[in-house]
Amino acid sequence: MDKMPRWADVALIPLINILLAFILAGLVVLAIGQNPFDMVYFMIKGALGSTRGIGYTLYYTTNFIFTGLAFSVAMHAKLFNIGGEGQAAVGGIGTALVLLAVPWPHWTLALPFAVIGAAVFGAGWAAIPAYLQAKRGSHIVITTIMFNFIAGALSIYLLNGVLKKPDQQAAETRQFGDGAHLPTFNEMLSPFGIEFSKSAPVNFSFVLAIAAAVLVWLLIWRTRLGYDIRAFGNSESATAYAGISSVRVTIIAMLISGGLSGLLAINVVMGEAERLILNFVEGAGFMGIAVALMGRNHPFGIVLAAFLFGMLNQGGFELLWEMPGISREMVLVIQALIIIFTGALVNMTRDPLERFFIRMNKRAG
Amino acid sequence: MTFMKSLLGATATLALTAGAAFAEPAMIYDMGGKFDKSFNEAAYNGTQRWADETGGTFREFEITSEAQREQALRRFAEEGNNPIVMTGFAFASALETVAADFPDTKFAIIDMVVDQPNVRSVVFNEHEGSYLVGMMAAMASESDTVGFIGGMDIPLIRKFACGYVQGVKAVNPDATVIQNMTGTTPAAWNDPVKGSELTKAQIAQGADIVYAAAGGTGVGVLQTAADENILSIGVDSNQNYLHPGQVLTSMMKRVDNAVYEAMSMGEDLETGFNVMGVGNGGISFAVDEYNADLMTDAMLAAGYKAALDIATGALVVHDYMSDNSCPVE
Repeated sequence: MDKMPRWADVALIPLINILLAFILAGLVVLAIGQNPFDMVYFMIKGALGSTRGIGYTLYYTTNFIFTGLAFSVAMHAKLFNIGGEGQAAVGGIGTALVLLAVPWPHWTLALPFAVIGAAVFGAGWAAIPAYLQAKRGSHIVITTIMFNFIAGALSIYLLNGVLKKPDQQAAETRQFGDGAHLPTFNEMLSPFGIEFSKSAPVNFSFVLAIAAAVLVWLLIWRTRLGYDIRAFGNSESATAYAGISSVRVTIIAMLISGGLSGLLAINVVMGEAERLILNFVEGAGFMGIAVALMGRNHPFGIVLAAFLFGMLNQGGFELLWEMPGISREMVLVIQALIIIFTGALVNMTRDPLERFFIRMNKRAG
Repeated sequence: MTFMKSLLGATATLALTAGAAFAEPAMIYDMGGKFDKSFNEAAYNGTQRWADETGGTFREFEITSEAQREQALRRFAEEGNNPIVMTGFAFASALETVAADFPDTKFAIIDMVVDQPNVRSVVFNEHEGSYLVGMMAAMASESDTVGFIGGMDIPLIRKFACGYVQGVKAVNPDATVIQNMTGTTPAAWNDPVKGSELTKAQIAQGADIVYAAAGGTGVGVLQTAADENILSIGVDSNQNYLHPGQVLTSMMKRVDNAVYEAMSMGEDLETGFNVMGVGNGGISFAVDEYNADLMTDAMLAAGYKAALDIATGALVVHDYMSDNSCPVE
């Protein structure tokens, strides 16, 4: 046998990597005169130690699942969609328009329409770069990143103009109203007698994100369209030979990708802020790229990677809170180290470990 | 294992004792960060002055994301900090809900009005100070072209710009004012490189004085202005010292005074609406040893006269935010 056991690949390597990351981050923390054990303790306890911590972790996780899935769908067609940021921002406009237009009586009625609003606007924002790529050959990386800036400018124009709540200076809309309030985990779990923190922003959108992950898995590996997308991603000329339209695959993959990005707004705009604020995406669109790459473009991997990123976000907050000696730039360094080790440097530990297992096998055999 | 256990136990008790302290005041800074040499740093200076003079201790936090606004407010309130001071209008919505949940905790918010019984709202008449520095810019300019570089494009910054333009035009109706905003997202508050680029672009268009109302971005504006040998005008804190002899003056928004006052009142914080302008020392322009050679007697005389007129009401500077429009461009 010239392979290492599956349990080592799935569990041991990530564990070693996280350990290495924490050791290196610990050395950095030690170098600035802080206690590295406190750092690890506060980060893990902050992210997972209370229902409040878990609530924030899952809230961020929800964002990263949506943007991670969005990136992966386009990536399966070898389309590098870095416009998740802009597509999510425009999705937020769609969500807000739907929720502001009608005085919704109940969230179960509001949610489907808000989802449609978010997805259609997000997809619409991806449609233009997709069309330009498919028909005109304008590179998707260039066009999507430029559309991020246009989305930012559009948001500020709307939020300083027609959508702005009058008589105050923050660029934001009015509150959506009680009928559009998505249940939080606190409200969802209390009927079952589970006490979940009231202040944590995690809400029904998390369920939506998991459902989206399952649907993306079905789409990519169980449908004809998904097969077309993967085939197109692997060889454009072969798919052309097989009679699959490159225009169709490019545009549909990008529409799905943009729609998924737009759904981030359901979590942030409808679920947490309950109004549209400026810059609510906060880099989650770009984080989605890292999440998807770390999750190997597989929905299950993306959910796990999103959870790790969510933990880092919330753990970073707690670290900043509990250890005043650590600046927010230092928190960024620690987060970056963990991402590098768990994502980019996986093969650094895999190769030696594989050799080790092979040698062990040979000796045993 | 036992070592790890005792270690975890020790840190846990440490965290508990740190959390359950007496009513310390707390300070929350906006995204720009407390060392932005500008708005947040002014607040930081106010807290430091309070701590130095009273020997008191306080807690502070620099947020890094939107969701952390409510998170930090709630945590400080839960841990018994009182009063809780925050800089920036963006805290308004979060404060609205948290203030209602903690009626016994006092809050102070700078740059915004939050109508709750336990909140002190401090706002500044920035347009008045911008008017004063605009007059000085027009008097110091040789090319009759002056620049304005704003941070994020929001009504508050347009209010700065509008006051500045009014001041420039009051001295020289034919002067040109070039206006640029750094960006449309909060990142625009902390982008010195972009500030530097905009400054160079304005110099290319003939500007020989630039006024930066852009938080941390302004550091890049002032640096580039100094490198290119033109004058700049600082904002919020007194920034004259950053480039001695090359910063004409600074439009000082005494956020430090507002924070100092709030912290001094402690748990008896006087709530309600609080306007700080030229009249009550909340807004002024900086004159110190670093810019003494730049400010002519004529400029000082004109500045002080206008300040007096504004204070007495003889001169009214149009406030952009009163009707979301500016009478001059």
